[in-house]
Amino acid sequence: MTQKIIVIGAGMASGRVLETLYDNGADVDVTLFNAEPRGNYNRIMLSPVLAGDQTYQDIVTHDDAWYAERNVTCRFGERVATIDRTAKTVTAENGDVLAYDKLVFGTGSNPFMIPLPGHDLDGVIAYRDLEDTEKMMGLGEGNKAVVIGGGLLGLEAAAGMAARGVDVTVVHIMGHLMERQLDEAAGYLLRKALVDKGITVKCSANSKEILGENGKVKALMLDDGTELPCDLLVMAVGIRPNVALAKECGLAVGKGIHVDDQMLTSDENVLAVGECVEHNGAIFGLVAPLYDQAKVAGQTLMGEEAAFVQKELSTKLKVTGCDLFSAGDFAEGEGREDIVFRDPARGVYKRLVIEENKVVGAVFYGDTADSNWFFGLIKDKTDIADMRETLIFGPAFQGGEPQDPMAAVAALADDAEICGCNGVSKAQVVAAINAGANTLDAVKAVSKAGSSCGSCSGLVEQLLSVTLGDEFVMPEKETVCKCTDLTHDEVRKLIKMKGLKSLPAVMQELTWSTPDGCHVCRPALNYYMVCEWPGEYADDGKSRFINERVHANIQKDGTYSVVPRMLGGITNPKELRAIADVADKFDVPTVKVTGGQRIDLLGVKKEDLPAIWYDLGQAGMMSGQAYAKGLRTVKTCVGTDHCRFGTQDSTGLGIQIEKAMWGAWSPHKFKLAVSGCPRNCAEATCKDLGIICVDSGYQILVGGAAGLDLRETDLLCQVATEEEALEYSCAFYQLYREGAQYLHRPYKWISKVGLDWVKEQIVEDADNRKALAERFHYSQQFFQVDPWAERARKGVDKHEFEPLADLTTSKVAAE
Amino acid sequence: MSQFIDIGAVEDIPQRGARLVKSPLGEIAVFRTAKDEIFAVDEWLPGKAGPLSNGIQHDTRVTDPMRNWVFDLATGEAQGADEGRVRVWETRIEEGRILITQQIMGELRAAE
Ligand code: SRM
Ligand SMILES: Cc1cc2nc3c(=O)[nH]c(=O)nc-3n(C[C@H](O)[C@H](O)[C@H](O)COP(=O)(O)OP(=O)(O)OC[C@H]3O[C@@H](n4cnc5c(N)ncnc54)[C@H](O)[C@@H]3O)c2cc1C
Ligand code: SF4
Ligand code: FES
Repeated sequence: MTQKIIVIGAGMASGRVLETLYDNGADVDVTLFNAEPRGNYNRIMLSPVLAGDQTYQDIVTHDDAWYAERNVTCRFGERVATIDRTAKTVTAENGDVLAYDKLVFGTGSNPFMIPLPGHDLDGVIAYRDLEDTEKMMGLGEGNKAVVIGGGLLGLEAAAGMAARGVDVTVVHIMGHLMERQLDEAAGYLLRKALVDKGITVKCSANSKEILGENGKVKALMLDDGTELPCDLLVMAVGIRPNVALAKECGLAVGKGIHVDDQMLTSDENVLAVGECVEHNGAIFGLVAPLYDQAKVAGQTLMGEEAAFVQKELSTKLKVTGCDLFSAGDFAEGEGREDIVFRDPARGVYKRLVIEENKVVGAVFYGDTADSNWFFGLIKDKTDIADMRETLIFGPAFQGGEPQDPMAAVAALADDAEICGCNGVSKAQVVAAINAGANTLDAVKAVSKAGSSCGSCSGLVEQLLSVTLGDEFVMPEKETVCKCTDLTHDEVRKLIKMKGLKSLPAVMQELTWSTPDGCHVCRPALNYYMVCEWPGEYADDGKSRFINERVHANIQKDGTYSVVPRMLGGITNPKELRAIADVADKFDVPTVKVTGGQRIDLLGVKKEDLPAIWYDLGQAGMMSGQAYAKGLRTVKTCVGTDHCRFGTQDSTGLGIQIEKAMWGAWSPHKFKLAVSGCPRNCAEATCKDLGIICVDSGYQILVGGAAGLDLRETDLLCQVATEEEALEYSCAFYQLYREGAQYLHRPYKWISKVGLDWVKEQIVEDADNRKALAERFHYSQQFFQVDPWAERARKGVDKHEFEPLADLTTSKVAAE
Repeated sequence: MSQFIDIGAVEDIPQRGARLVKSPLGEIAVFRTAKDEIFAVDEWLPGKAGPLSNGIQHDTRVTDPMRNWVFDLATGEAQGADEGRVRVWETRIEEGRILITQQIMGELRAAE
């Protein structure tokens, strides 16, 4: 017989109850009430909506069609007013009386509003639903907002508004931010990151009164008399389970509606799920446990056995640029020990709390890549005695048998939760795969795993691999070379984390299997340290390929070629004369115009290099670095100076960029071009970075190549001024320099990290872009030294260019 | 007993570096390893590899700059799948000086 079910509240929890019922073909007739004038949506994603990263449409979980297909009677924008449990009926606000077989509470919670004087003024809001979000989205540049509460919600609200240009102040009563999830050190780093985003943070601050004008909020006054002017005041200080209705109809209620393991209330025909419930003394504020409850409630309604079990919870903050993770318990205490890792320069902090050889708590800031693995240790109460020394470096660095993530995933229980955001279990992911979803995207679409924050994608891929076997090609773990089991990314991470600043240090600390590395790893390691420690690391020429060691390109007969730099492809008679003169003087067999808009002198004897460089230097020319895994050429077209189509000074901009970038080393060569209009005479669309000038500014294009692979660039963004074009270009180069593995051109790196991520880092996050550009300029002060001048004038590396002995003339010529 | 010629000081070659010696029999690459051993081999394996003094040296091996062949400096033998061998010349270190076999002077001097 069809069960008549009335659900109160279309929230995240009750939505899952409905899915459980319909996915299992339950014979039910559902009426769904919701006080909000809409159906189920992903409330946790309001923050990305606020920040402008998503729209409301993106976060709707059940649309009209979904309800229609299942014949759900939707009463959105309507409250349930009263309940008569004896008659088994509910009364809607408009007086309609409806009968039920089973009633489900999913009323969520109410944001707590501190009853300060003035809390009822217009412009004082909470942060709970779309309406609140829209009010915040109504603000922009020139507006001021105050957020009371430095917890998860308050900070997401603050960051979201700040991203819209609002001048935001966060007022927090405790000594540091997110004190429930973070210890002081992590709180400090978080505060610093928010301050860098332009947010003002006041801790240990007590609000006294909300001041208004004509019934509208005007400022917040603190108890020390400080007035913080604002157009909107957001209170995000906590939530209270919404139990009024349950209380009125006589259900057992404590902090929340009492439920048992089957999610039944004190009335066996009434269930409750979500933030409105109290289970074994606990109340809930994160979605993961609510999904478990919802599943159990669904099963209970279908007459199946199921029991809700509370699990460890973890928290992540959804603010771009603030990578933060916390789980478990990290209060200090008898018998508890800490393992702490700090890297203040990079803003990384990691703390593990250990009790009886088990991890009981974890706080990570700045680098949360391995957080799921640590969370697993907490949940499974794993004994960590054996890996204690390397524990903090994460799963990749546990000695002995290399961890086989596949085995671990294969061994997971069916109900193990793969995707925390969407409450998707291993069994559900596997079912989706078996039903034909054979790519990450397909699994996302079908099971929702990975569709929110994406941090579970790795696990999903491993499940694809475990389930499909050879049919699924796992992105392979590629070690640097035979001298190590570590990947490029891991080595880089460790060089930073352990502060390794010499090759012996790397090989010692990272247990290289060869005494001295090889021609594959040494250049990579050398580059990683050049990039990581500018000014500190002493470049090791012996770990560079000959071209970079002697600053010229070796030819097949052992002679060299010499390519002086011609900024932006512009030259003059003096330079041309100098080139002609050295060609004569040193009998250079071939002089050629290169594909990079400059001139190549080919066939030069190694011994002659310093002398040629000396003469070229006299004419003001320096190395063109045509041999470098580093900045090569910036090609330009004639632009507005001469061309009737030119829209901007493409030549001038190209020269500016080349002046800023010459001398920089990178994972692979880096080539640029600037064209004065979309006719694109400088071929900017196949460069690592290209700029196409248009009337309204500069299109910045990235990830092109015309070598072994032919790639067209993608548009990164368009900017209005030359200064911006330069800043974005330097930021992009630095992001690539810091992130890409050695010998990957930008296009390879982008295909790994995704263009969207690159945009996030450079286009969307202005602070990050500026910081990247600053790091680039900082590094350049050490590398913009002409290597030719050093060798021609100062005798650097003299031994490279002179034989040790010449016995053909029977004279021994040791230096 | 073969004769030896002084070609320079150990210090004249940086560690993990190499320098060229021009001889009547052709160019010879002289290597100093990270552990201060000295090896001398032909600069070129004609048509295949070289110039070896320009290669990256690791342990007692060198990777050739043209095609990434790896040679063992003690035996001159190409490693891995590649087949070939460069001539190896006997060297000694005496009081910080590098001595190389007089054979590199070829027949011209061998008689002296
Ligand atoms: C001189 C030049 C050819 C010319 O006469 O025009 C040249 C010469 C060499 N190129 Fe090139 N490339 C030259 C422009 C290019 C271009 C065109 C351009 O830059 O607009 C390309 C295609 C564009 C690109 O890079 O995407 C190009 C793609 C390559 C590649 C393939 C790169 C790739 O990612 O697939 C290599 C191989 C490598 O770097 O690993 C390469 C490697 C080389 C090397 C260094 C090969 C080697 O390792 O010995 C050549 C050195 C010759 C020598 O002894 O000087 N060259 N090479 C050009 C120098 C430009 C300059 O002024 O600096
Ligand atoms: C901005 C924001 C960000 C968040 N971020 C995260 C996060 O990153 N991770 C995380 O785990 N959690 C997060 N949360 C918490 C999470 O959203 C909640 O835990 C979850 O939504 C609670 O689900 P629920 O179904 O219990 O209640 P809700 O989703 O609040 O749904 C309850 C619904 O019931 C309706 N209702 C109430 N009373 C009645 C009535 N009498 N008649 C009819 N309808 C009624 C309400 O209008 C409401 O729509 C966030 C919350 C917010 C607001
Ligand atoms: S790209 Fe445009 S501006 Fe530049 S030379 Fe060609 S047509 Fe002229
Ligand atoms: S855990 Fe966030 S999308 Fe899966």
